[in-house]
Parts: sequence; C-alpha cells; structure tokens
Amino acid sequence: MADEMKMRATLQGDVADVKVLMTHVMETGLRKDSKTEKFIPAHFIDHVVATLNGKTVLDAQWGIAVAKNPFINFKIKGAKPGDKIALNASDNLGTQYSGETTVAAK
Amino acid sequence: MNKFRRAFLKTAGAAGALLATAGVGLLKSGEVFAATWNKLAFSSNNMNDAMKNANYGGAVESKDIVLKAPDIAENGAVVPVEVTSNIPGTTSIALFVEKNQYPMVADFELPSGTEPYISTRIKMSQTSNVRVAVRAGGKNYTQVKEVKVTIGGCGG
Repeated sequence: MADEMKMRATLQGDVADVKVLMTHVMETGLRKDSKTEKFIPAHFIDHVVATLNGKTVLDAQWGIAVAKNPFINFKIKGAKPGDKIALNASDNLGTQYSGETTVAAK
Repeated sequence: MNKFRRAFLKTAGAAGALLATAGVGLLKSGEVFAATWNKLAFSSNNMNDAMKNANYGGAVESKDIVLKAPDIAENGAVVPVEVTSNIPGTTSIALFVEKNQYPMVADFELPSGTEPYISTRIKMSQTSNVRVAVRAGGKNYTQVKEVKVTIGGCGG
C-alpha cells in the first residue's frame, strides 16, 4: 500500500529526521452526515509503530483527534545511510497500513 | 455529572478495553503492538481523567518541555503541534486538547535512541489549552499552550 503512506528519512549528523504522511479519513464518529442526519461511524488509525532495522523506535496510540491524513515527524539517533525505517499502522476497523524507506545520505 | 453516569462510563470503558484487546489479538498477524489501545483514557471526557487514565496523573509543570503550536489556528481540523522535551530520560510524550469532547489525542512511546521530540497535526473543536504530558524517569511533567481556533475541526 505504497500510495497510502509517504515517508522520507534524511540524515542530520547521526540523527535520522523521519517524516511520514499517511492517507486516512480519520473519521471521529462525532460528525453527522448533513443529508441523512446520521452519525458517520468512527474510522481512525489507533496504533502506529516505527522500526529502524527492525528495532522499535516509536510506539504510538492515537485517538480520534489526530488530523485527517496524519503527519508525523520524529528523530532517531545513531542512524546511518542505508538503514531501513519501516512504519506499521492499524485502524479501529483492523485495516493495516505499512510503509518503508531508506535513510538517505545528506 | 451524577455518580451513576460516572460509574456507567467507567464500566463501559472497561468493557470496551476488553473488546479492543480481542481486536488486537485478531489482527496481530506479524506486527506486535506493545500495548492494548487505552480505551479508558481515549474515552475520558475531561482533562484530569484522561491524563490520569493515560498514566500521566500528577504531572508537574516543567519549562524543560517546549510546546510549539500556533497562537491562532484558522482551521481547527489541522493544527500543527511540535513538542521537544529537554528532560533527561524522556520515555513518552502525550498530547491532550482540554476542550475537545475527548481530550486525549495521542500517546507516543519513545524508546532510548529516539529523540524526545514529536511533531504532528491535531484536531481542535474550539479555542482551548493544548497540553503535553511527558514521562521521564518514571515521573510525569506537563506544559500547556492556548490555541485560539476560528473554525472548529471536530464537529461538522
């Protein structure tokens, strides 16, 4: 699902600056459909885990108030060019999303 | 809020947490998520309960946490927030919006090797304090900033 997640990791010294942009509605479950007057069911990413060469570097739980098409930026120490950074996310309906990138040399 | 409602909400939250556990069990094909989704904290509808249920109770104000957010957000649906903790031994950073229906936004666990920094975009239903909570060396710290919202982002 490469098109659902865009990732970039750039090296600043030995710190990898990782930026991730996901495509997701992040529906809160609190909004009403203007035509049917019914609540639109909640649909949001609730777990996000990032790894550097397989080792967990970020483990997050999200609620409904992370903005639509979520963006996160985090920084990993001790990274080298060519290191693999992977991100796995899942939403409240059980759908899995994943992305991977390689740390670019500066 | 009467006592019965509180008790009901707590029970409902606990039941939900069990459901969430079952859910994670089902979808755990390959990926192992360290913790079960904290339904109790995410469904708390006031700031203190949310922080307490997320294990950030008794957090002390600290100037060593830098919380960057706009003074005025034109669109509450997308509010950029950036947190840097200068407290040694920071292991997690959580975000809360006091006046959202459910204040807890997210909780990021940062193992050693990950900088005590996180930047993301959050939703705010109205003008509110944005609060960040940090756990470092087993203690809790917090910092706050008010963001004025001209168009809300949680309702419809």
